[in-house]
Amino acid sequence: MERPAWAPRSIDISVPSVSRIYDYYLGGSHNFEVDREAARKALEFMPGLPKIMQANRAFMRRAVRFAIGEGITQFLDIGSGIPTFGNVHEIAQSARPGARVVYVDHDPVAVAHSQAVLAGNADADVVAADLRKPQDILSSPQVERLIDLNRPVALLLVAILHFVEDEDDPYGAVAELRDALAPGSLLLLTHASYEGIPLPPGRAEGAVDVYRDIRNPLIMRSRDEIARFFEGYEMVEPGLVPMPRWRPETAPEDEDPFAFSGFAGVGRTA
Amino acid sequence: MFPLTSTSSTRPEFEEQLLPLAERLSRALVAPAFDAEEGRAVGAALVAAHCTDPEALSRSLDCVDAYLVLYCGGDGDAEALRSRSARLQHAMAAGYAQALRERTLGEQEAIAQAALRAQGVVAQALHASEARFRAVFEGAAIGIGIADLDGNILQVNGALVRMFGGSEQALRGRNVKDWTHAEDAPQVWRLYEELVRGDREHYHVEKAFYRPDGTVLWTNLTVSLLRDPDGRPQYQLALMEDTTERRLLNLRLRYEATHDALTGLPNRTLFFERLEKALGAGEGQRFGLCYLDLDGFKTINDSLGHAAGDRLLVEVADRLQSCATAPGEMVARLGGDEFVALTTGPDTQREVDELASRIMHALLAPVRIDGRELTVRGSIGIVEGPAGERSAAEVLRSADITMYRAKSAGGNRFELADPEADARAITRHGLTTALPAALDRGEFFIEYQPLVHLGDGSVRGAEALVRWLHPQHGVLGPDRFIPLAEHTGLIVPLGRWVLEQSVRQARSWRERNADAGPFRINVNLSPCQLTHPGLVQDTVDILERAGVEPDALCLEVTESALIGADDDLLKPLRRLAEMGVDIALDDFGTGYSNLANLRRLPVSILKLDRSFTQSMQQFPADPVDLKIVEGIVSLAHSLDLAVTVEGVETGAQAEQLRILGCDTAQGWYYARPGPPERLHELALVDATG
Repeated sequence: MERPAWAPRSIDISVPSVSRIYDYYLGGSHNFEVDREAARKALEFMPGLPKIMQANRAFMRRAVRFAIGEGITQFLDIGSGIPTFGNVHEIAQSARPGARVVYVDHDPVAVAHSQAVLAGNADADVVAADLRKPQDILSSPQVERLIDLNRPVALLLVAILHFVEDEDDPYGAVAELRDALAPGSLLLLTHASYEGIPLPPGRAEGAVDVYRDIRNPLIMRSRDEIARFFEGYEMVEPGLVPMPRWRPETAPEDEDPFAFSGFAGVGRTA
Repeated sequence: MFPLTSTSSTRPEFEEQLLPLAERLSRALVAPAFDAEEGRAVGAALVAAHCTDPEALSRSLDCVDAYLVLYCGGDGDAEALRSRSARLQHAMAAGYAQALRERTLGEQEAIAQAALRAQGVVAQALHASEARFRAVFEGAAIGIGIADLDGNILQVNGALVRMFGGSEQALRGRNVKDWTHAEDAPQVWRLYEELVRGDREHYHVEKAFYRPDGTVLWTNLTVSLLRDPDGRPQYQLALMEDTTERRLLNLRLRYEATHDALTGLPNRTLFFERLEKALGAGEGQRFGLCYLDLDGFKTINDSLGHAAGDRLLVEVADRLQSCATAPGEMVARLGGDEFVALTTGPDTQREVDELASRIMHALLAPVRIDGRELTVRGSIGIVEGPAGERSAAEVLRSADITMYRAKSAGGNRFELADPEADARAITRHGLTTALPAALDRGEFFIEYQPLVHLGDGSVRGAEALVRWLHPQHGVLGPDRFIPLAEHTGLIVPLGRWVLEQSVRQARSWRERNADAGPFRINVNLSPCQLTHPGLVQDTVDILERAGVEPDALCLEVTESALIGADDDLLKPLRRLAEMGVDIALDDFGTGYSNLANLRRLPVSILKLDRSFTQSMQQFPADPVDLKIVEGIVSLAHSLDLAVTVEGVETGAQAEQLRILGCDTAQGWYYARPGPPERLHELALVDATG
């Protein structure tokens, strides 16, 4: 039987959470021993994991600034996780005071923490919702209050789609969100992939297994599969590329080899 | 340093963050008044720049140790500079460690708070959801109860308490297994055991419970197994719907559908169920059936009224019931004054005779109704035989035929079924069902018996008599099928057909014998036709279509049909009479005639019943009969009524009746009923002779 919408989701902090693991990789302490244990296990297979996370954050920072440069002042960040530092609202609001940001996450601890961080920020808020149910997000009071869907929005799907399995129809969810966005909106996306990982495939799979074991399977997709998320979008230069190669501000050659794992891209709706 | 940080800044941006820190160290090194606290601040600033990996501190200190004095010391006292650099490094390490500890503790605190808050939200939602479930539980119209696997009842809702009619305390703490009931289906407790063992997820049964006050509660019960998150059986959940009322209603409806409202005896439906069951019983089982029809019940109904008749039936039903009290015996009322008694088992050959004797004996004592003592007699047809040979319908047909055999043998007796007699018998049921098709297939025909004028012996008319040429039973007289046609209503179309045929025949006679004087056709009207609203119009239409004058038609109505007739019933007859149709009062003298009433009736002819004339077949005739007939004739003539006599079989009889003043006669002496051609010949003979 499906859980009714009004039945509460249980919280079990003895189970590792991907957003707290992510925080740990970024040097934060917003995590518990279970998270660190899982993170350390994955690190055994892929010691460069923190560099991938860092590259994700760096891409997000450049892409948000790009969006501001394109005149966009509304940001919808789905899968925002634990706000550590260099968050979307910090980047956007420092570049453009008054920019509005709505974070979305389905991890209740991440949401509670975001609420604490955002307390007093009238232009940013957080929604407890799931990417798999776009209507819950679009019809939330926070989105209705802060985001004008008749004007362009920057939709951030950074390091989240690789946690949505095919049977949950991630392409459908992305398309539904796209259809709700005004022309000129941007999709900012990163996605994990075996392509670009500077390791033999067997090693990387060990890290993927860790995520499967904590019941948050990591879905590695090919570049072509990732490109399909941009259906209905026009790719912004340089297209779908390894993260350090997306509009770099310093020489990509100086980056850690692990930073080239996976892909990043920005698309614009017609 | 850059590779060791987690910052999302670019390398140049990161450099911009670190450069001021290096400058601070440089200034502290050579400041006139040395302050090691600057080292602390720089250490803390490293943490603020997201250099949270302790390796970053080690690298920083390496760097300071190697290059601070070398590049920033200038030409100061080397020993003093080294000492200052060392103290700055100590302070940096302390500042870094303190900042990292504070940041770590702060973040741990923050995430723990977040987790707590999130749990609070969940707890609140859980509370709300539980409140909702509790409202559903308490407000549900069906009874809900939860028990552990040992059957101890843990929780019940209001509906369940109301169903049982006790208090919640009385239910809680009880054990499910105490709730056995005499009417529990055999599988109820097997299903229960399977469920608590975890071999079954749920079951659904109809189950009765004793309420604390001793009454019975009937329920539709669904029991489900509740498991814990690891799938181990934990509780049992019972949902029950009170079906007591519905069940009572069903029982009552079933009772009403299977019992006779007047006598309370089982009715035809239930009797057939039982009979079929008896006939379907296994080898060695037999059945015996007594089919009882009361003798003369119709007379009682007619003379004392239906209320008295009903009371008589109730009394008979009571007496019959007392005759069949053994297991396997039953009495039922099939309808009217027909009853059946059934006995089943291996010994019915002997038992059924005894049963019939008991019934005959039970009817012996007179029944007292309205101060009168009524003698009740009955005729019984007995069928007995082994199960599994005949259908219920066949058995009942045989019993019906046999009962009629008993009745025709004088009644007040029982007869045993005889297969040969059955085969010969013409049943009322068979004839009744064949009647409608018989009319369509043209199986009816009409014979005519002449009516002769006693004065001159001339043929003045004929009575039309309908016959049924039955494909199996041959020609049947009206006494066999007219009552059945009356009963089913077929008499109306049949009567119309007879009238049409007869009137058409009358025309053809009139055409051929235009000079032979008035010629009239007599047609019988049954009581049912008399009350049919279309009687007058139908008659007029038929006469007009045939082009026959009304005075060529005489309608015969029995005396009994007009007993107690009111004006409404007489009105159509009056209209017909006014048009010129003659109305004859048939079978006169058989009912309780009210002679004074004759004046009111629109009749012009009396047909004297044959019983008055029977004695005149001998010579000398009974003088009393002569006087009676003479009196009737004189009375009739004084009322301007003609008199016709039936059943004239001898010449002496005819002569006597002529002397007594009768006007017309019919009977075998003149002619038996026959085809219309015969009558034509007779008329010709009469005309010429």
